[in-house]
Amino acid sequence: AMLDPDRGLSLTIARVVQRLQGSSLHSQLERQARVSLHKPEIKLESLKEDIKDFLKTSGWEKKLQNAVYSELNVFPSPCHPAAPPEHIKEPLAYMRKAQGSWEKRILKSLNSMSTELNIPLAQKRPVNEQKELLNKWNEMGTDEPNLSLFRPVYAPKDFLEVLMNLRNPNYENGEQPSFRNHLGLIQVPLKVKDIPELKEDFSELGLNIGQLGIDDSAQVPPEFFENEHVRVGQKVLAEQDSAAAQQYVRQGCPTALRADLWALILNISNQPEDILYYEQLKSNVIQHDLLVDSLIYKDVKLTASNDDYYFVFEDYLYQVLLCFSRDTSVLEHFTYSSATPPKSYIRGKLGMEEYAVFYPPNVNYNSFILSVAPLCFLYHEPSKLYQIFREMYVRFFFRLHSISSHPSGIVSLCLLFETLLQTHLPQLFYHLREIGAQPLRISFKWMVRAFSGYLATDQLLLLWDRILGYNSLEILA
Amino acid sequence: FRIMAGKVKWVTDIEKSVLINNFEKRGWIQVAENEDWNFYWMSVQTIRNVFSVETGYRLSDDQIVNHFPNHYELTRKDLMVKNIKRYRKELEKEGSPLAEKDENGKYIYLDFVPVTFMLPADYNLFVEEFRKNPSSTWIMKPCGKAQGKGIFLINKLSQIKKWSRDSKTSSFVSQSSKEAYVISLYINNPLLIGGKKFDLRLYVLVSTYRPLRCYMYKLGFCRFCTVKYTPSTSELDNMFVHLTNVAIQKHGDDYNHIHGGKWTVSNLRLYLESTRGKEVTNKLFDEIHWIIVQSLKAVAPVMNNDKHCFECYGYDIIIDDKLKPWLIEVNASPSLTSSTANDRILKYNLINDTLNIAVPNGEIPDCKWNKSPPKEVLGNYEVLYDEEMAQSDGQDRDLRGRPGQSTGAKGSRARDSGKPVLTTWK
Repeated sequence: AMLDPDRGLSLTIARVVQRLQGSSLHSQLERQARVSLHKPEIKLESLKEDIKDFLKTSGWEKKLQNAVYSELNVFPSPCHPAAPPEHIKEPLAYMRKAQGSWEKRILKSLNSMSTELNIPLAQKRPVNEQKELLNKWNEMGTDEPNLSLFRPVYAPKDFLEVLMNLRNPNYENGEQPSFRNHLGLIQVPLKVKDIPELKEDFSELGLNIGQLGIDDSAQVPPEFFENEHVRVGQKVLAEQDSAAAQQYVRQGCPTALRADLWALILNISNQPEDILYYEQLKSNVIQHDLLVDSLIYKDVKLTASNDDYYFVFEDYLYQVLLCFSRDTSVLEHFTYSSATPPKSYIRGKLGMEEYAVFYPPNVNYNSFILSVAPLCFLYHEPSKLYQIFREMYVRFFFRLHSISSHPSGIVSLCLLFETLLQTHLPQLFYHLREIGAQPLRISFKWMVRAFSGYLATDQLLLLWDRILGYNSLEILA
Repeated sequence: FRIMAGKVKWVTDIEKSVLINNFEKRGWIQVAENEDWNFYWMSVQTIRNVFSVETGYRLSDDQIVNHFPNHYELTRKDLMVKNIKRYRKELEKEGSPLAEKDENGKYIYLDFVPVTFMLPADYNLFVEEFRKNPSSTWIMKPCGKAQGKGIFLINKLSQIKKWSRDSKTSSFVSQSSKEAYVISLYINNPLLIGGKKFDLRLYVLVSTYRPLRCYMYKLGFCRFCTVKYTPSTSELDNMFVHLTNVAIQKHGDDYNHIHGGKWTVSNLRLYLESTRGKEVTNKLFDEIHWIIVQSLKAVAPVMNNDKHCFECYGYDIIIDDKLKPWLIEVNASPSLTSSTANDRILKYNLINDTLNIAVPNGEIPDCKWNKSPPKEVLGNYEVLYDEEMAQSDGQDRDLRGRPGQSTGAKGSRARDSGKPVLTTWK
């Protein structure tokens, strides 16, 4: 049964209210309202209206708007109230099943590594080790633990193999591959957009509209586009309007404004409680040692330490990733992700929920690391860097590592890429296929990392501007 | 009469592939030193011989060399400081606004070299300064060495006892310039990125000192220390923390052979613009260009502006945490060794572009030419300062309105800080 729009709207409103209730924004608004009672312009007879006006002029209404906007961006629209929760995670049964198998495989691999190396998945750190780690928190990069026995749990090509083997059991396609069919590796019938649809959705990227990264090059006089665009950006920041910012960045961010614009879109304000939360995560890291920590170390050493752009930020990467793997607030995103986090318990505390440790299902940190690194160019304060990364992850990057039918999910991106290539450059596609170089095999690793490590940082940031602007990863394809 | 035909004959006593590959790709012919040559890329020892009273010889019109005879006025640490101090005093005497001082007696526009003294000559002056700030750290550098050799940090007078002129225990008899040191106030608040200290290596080509014509290479780089920076006194002896020279860092445990601890200047720019804003970043780069030009102006009067000479300098600059750049030193023979693949490409292109400017059209040179190459051959160089242009069209020809450049801001930038800089560039 279709959900009628009004019902959908009221469900959405109810959900947003429920999420914002009890949040710190809520208590701040209440406090502001109470404080305003002392102001002369607030009159008893028009109390409600006056307080509303006050909240508007003082910018608090805007903050609330931004929070609501953020909720709408992140959480999917509710489907039928009778739909079970797993349908919100992923509506297609065969996709859920595939994700489940993939997760089992990863967990099995992790467990066997744990047994082989005789290292528990999670354990409490002895006190002297805790002290040591605290002392070198800012320079974990200089540590050289023996990582030779650790191996990445899987490589991008393993994941690609799984995606290639996805089949919809209700769809029978007995035909041989030919020009009339899909020649690529992905063989599931997901709906992807074609060029006319993309042109419409991404209309701001049209040729007649100014873009940073192109129309601000040294040969173009700044009066033509750049100056005005920068001016508008400053205004958007002054207004502190998330929705306007999101619209604005579709044409690219000026480098000096990018950090603030992204924070505005992601609704990150680095409040004292956010800093405190980060510090708590840090103390979790100090107190407990996880097997995946070593995997993180190894992956950072393999990727970022050797990268021309990102080697400088190696230490920040540990600080962010070690905290991230212990951050239970990340668990929230699993309600709309097809993935389910594997759960483990601190050694000796099996079954005791307060000692449960959740893992992000993607323990091949290869992909993570390079999605943190570019952010180091924008934020040098660890707790802010952390929050920005976390928000980017739960909005976008998680979709690159899990099997789902979502239009921004990696499966759809692969299919979109292959379809566009086959439709518009069929000779190239056919040729590559003939020489044994299926195009997706080449482009997969670019997309799964959102091009991090493949594009120069300034170019990458311009690309990610559009991801934020359109709230979609489709641009990667 | 001038020889028009024929290939350029080259000699070098620096066996580096980035040089030799560039000569060969131009079809130049290698000859020996005692033969007729047109182009000699020489080490600093050799230039000394060529221009020395005893062993020197006259260069003919079709011979070009890559050093100025008395480059050490700029490239020796003690002489550089001496020349800059002299230059500042001269400007002060003539009442130039450039020499303006603030309420603490510090030069507003010309304070770009850390407080420096020669040892043992200025030992007492140094002690006076040291006592004003007894907790400060100072860096001792031998005047005549390179690659970080012989450098150490001190924070106690006792550590440099032997340079005291009155010291009874001083076996320091020889006053020869080889043993001279400079001692400079150590910049203990360097700008850190990722918690690490770095310095900037920029290449500057000078084709003539009078009139001054110099070019800056757009592709400089930052050299990072592999170990986290700490001003803690317990780490004063750890050269891996303090000295960015690749020759030193290369031996650290964490030295990486892929990136070599180097970052491009454009990465630095992106990082600073993103985290600090565009205005302060532009101001920083403007100041860097400024101090390079001022250092060249300071030595121009004493330089032997021999028309057979050009020189490509390696400028070392440190940025402190207030985004103020400091000139640390100038190298006459910047390293042509490549520590990474990127490095090799950069240095190869650097030599290529340098040769394109210094030896026009790759043909047998005539040292009497006007040394004004057309814009098209500049490659990755951009005009830093052209004194002739500046005087002729009455406005500074520094870095405004250059097409295709990626390091500076484009278009005209008004210097609104109230500095009388525009007028004095002429």
